[in-house]
Amino acid sequence: MLRIEDLHVSIKDREILKGVNLNVKAGEVHAIMGPNGTGKSTLASAIAGKSGYEVTQGSVWFKGKNLLELSVEDRAREGVFIGFQYPVEIPGVSIANFMRTALNEVRKYRGLDPLNGAQFLKLMAEKQKVVELTDKLSTRSVNEGFSGGEKKRNEIFQMALLDPYLAILDETDSGLDIDALRIVANGINHLRGEDKAIIVITHYQRLLDYIVPDVVHVLFDGKIVMSGPKELALELEKRGYDWIKEEYEQGKL
Amino acid sequence: MRAFTQFIKQLFEQNGAKYPDGGQPSICELRKNALALFMQKELPDKRIQGWQQSVLNKKVRTDYIQKLVPDPYRPLEEYFKCRVQDLHPTVLPISNGWYISEKQEVSIDEHGVITGGLLAAICQFPELVLPLLPHPDLAAENGLVALNEALFNDGVFIYVPDNVKVEKPAQIVSLMNTTDSLLVNNRHIIVLGKNAELSLIQCDDSIQKESSLTNNVSEIYLDEGAHLHYYKTENKDADSLLLHHVFVHQKQSSTFISTAITFNAGYTCNTFHVNLNEPFAEAKLYGLYLVDKEQICDNHIFVNHAAADCRSYQMYKGIMDDEAMANFHGHILVAPDSQRTAAFQTNKNLLLTDKAHVTTKPFLEIYADDVQCSHGATVGQLDEEALYYLRTRGIGEATANRLLMFAFANEIVQNVEIEALRDRLGNMVQHRLHGELNVCAQCMLNNNIVFPISLEE
Repeated sequence: MLRIEDLHVSIKDREILKGVNLNVKAGEVHAIMGPNGTGKSTLASAIAGKSGYEVTQGSVWFKGKNLLELSVEDRAREGVFIGFQYPVEIPGVSIANFMRTALNEVRKYRGLDPLNGAQFLKLMAEKQKVVELTDKLSTRSVNEGFSGGEKKRNEIFQMALLDPYLAILDETDSGLDIDALRIVANGINHLRGEDKAIIVITHYQRLLDYIVPDVVHVLFDGKIVMSGPKELALELEKRGYDWIKEEYEQGKL
Repeated sequence: MRAFTQFIKQLFEQNGAKYPDGGQPSICELRKNALALFMQKELPDKRIQGWQQSVLNKKVRTDYIQKLVPDPYRPLEEYFKCRVQDLHPTVLPISNGWYISEKQEVSIDEHGVITGGLLAAICQFPELVLPLLPHPDLAAENGLVALNEALFNDGVFIYVPDNVKVEKPAQIVSLMNTTDSLLVNNRHIIVLGKNAELSLIQCDDSIQKESSLTNNVSEIYLDEGAHLHYYKTENKDADSLLLHHVFVHQKQSSTFISTAITFNAGYTCNTFHVNLNEPFAEAKLYGLYLVDKEQICDNHIFVNHAAADCRSYQMYKGIMDDEAMANFHGHILVAPDSQRTAAFQTNKNLLLTDKAHVTTKPFLEIYADDVQCSHGATVGQLDEEALYYLRTRGIGEATANRLLMFAFANEIVQNVEIEALRDRLGNMVQHRLHGELNVCAQCMLNNNIVFPISLEE
């Protein structure tokens, strides 16, 4: 579904990603772990198409299309969803208006008829339940005055509504208490399916108790230096990242 | 003497005896004194604080016609219908500067609420209206207020007795229904007794192509504990000039909340002058201006904290497109004894082109020491991070832009407490941001297009 080959990304001439290779198949869940500042969020931003993230080398293929040639919105319309670490507040835009606009633009791109108000509200009510968000949500401004947990739940709610093929969740678990973590994890698991894939970017093992990954990758110094089964996450939790650093510096990885 | 001043002098000499006086000789004196003051002051220009950028003197003409009698009566429904659904207001119609009514008298309802034309009110209740007619301190104001007092033709009078809460909103609809270049000076007087409550909507509209000069003054008196929600909007021809001065005189614990939304006019100038004269009075002033092409919109806000323990809050926002221009001048004055004052002011502007222009001047003048005051002004473009966020959800760039512009504007519209009006104004803002409505020949409130909540084209 997603094939990243030798991806190099620079921000203001500083190279952050130095040749990332990643292959994600439909139905899989991948976890990307690693210490701070190694390029995890940069990878998500580059896939999303954020301006200022310059791809200097490599390619990103998504369902047979060259993602790097598409605009930010077209990547989303193709079915790529990014769950942000720090979702922005947009005062004055109600979540209902935002999501209906988004969903209908996505549908239009795919040649589907737009949902009318009643259809949309029904769908919204259904997806709200997934992340246990209240009815008041629809009239609230996007993320405005939301707690950290509410923002993350709102991200997962948006994901549930847009029903993407590939979701990249950037530290969706950070700042969540146990209840919120469970709710968010349920929301993510709700998306799982044979034709779907999920990439979870996280520091911690605890989210992976709920969302069991098929593959765990370690991103270090702008490259994926190690990949392994779900047990790798446990090992990282136990041993930290210093041993990775050492082995990397000794040229063993 | 400037050409416009000369023109006004001649006009006054020609028409002097024909100006309406409501049967009160004192009004004739009032006019003469006001004219003398106008001759001294003339139109405000760059010598006056806040008027440095004003184009008023360049825009005014010297061939205006004043209508000295009302047009023959025609029911308003024949040529105008406001379709804000579920609003059902008490409509106070003004056509070409004159209050229009089939009967001569004002209306008095079972609670003693008086509504009607100003001249009719002067005839019927001179002891009530006459003391409120002269502006309390004409010499302190700019020449436009004196001009209004010298030449006023008619206006609206509203009186709400003590403890009466008026449920139905009142709506002043001022229509310019002529192709003549009219000079209109309406004087509106609104009086709320102790603990009285009212919602008042004021709309100015052109029905035909016109190039009039409207120079209105509203005097609003709020007694102790009175509560007024005031909404002002307009949709005028691009050749018209519309100036409106709202003076608010507030007693103890009274509340004044206004929302002024400028959609269309060649030149619009809204002045709010709020006097918080007694403790615990509160004023909230919200404003929105959406201007494009060569439109110009000025907003002058003056909040006078003349007593302790009062609160004021201002939030004005504008979007300027094409070569449009806007000026915001916000002045907060806190008198030496006005301790425990809380006064806040914000002015935010979005410029959509390189040629659009805004001048913003927040101005705090504080003489008391125990005060909480803040002001802030921003001029900028849309938030890049927010645009990116919207686009990552599949929303195209143009739609994302509009969504954010609407959000920016909607922060003001949200303060409208009457749901039917809020919804309609929200729709109008959306239309406006689509570049529609600027050729609208009728009131925008008349525009009955149903909006999808998405902003797709």
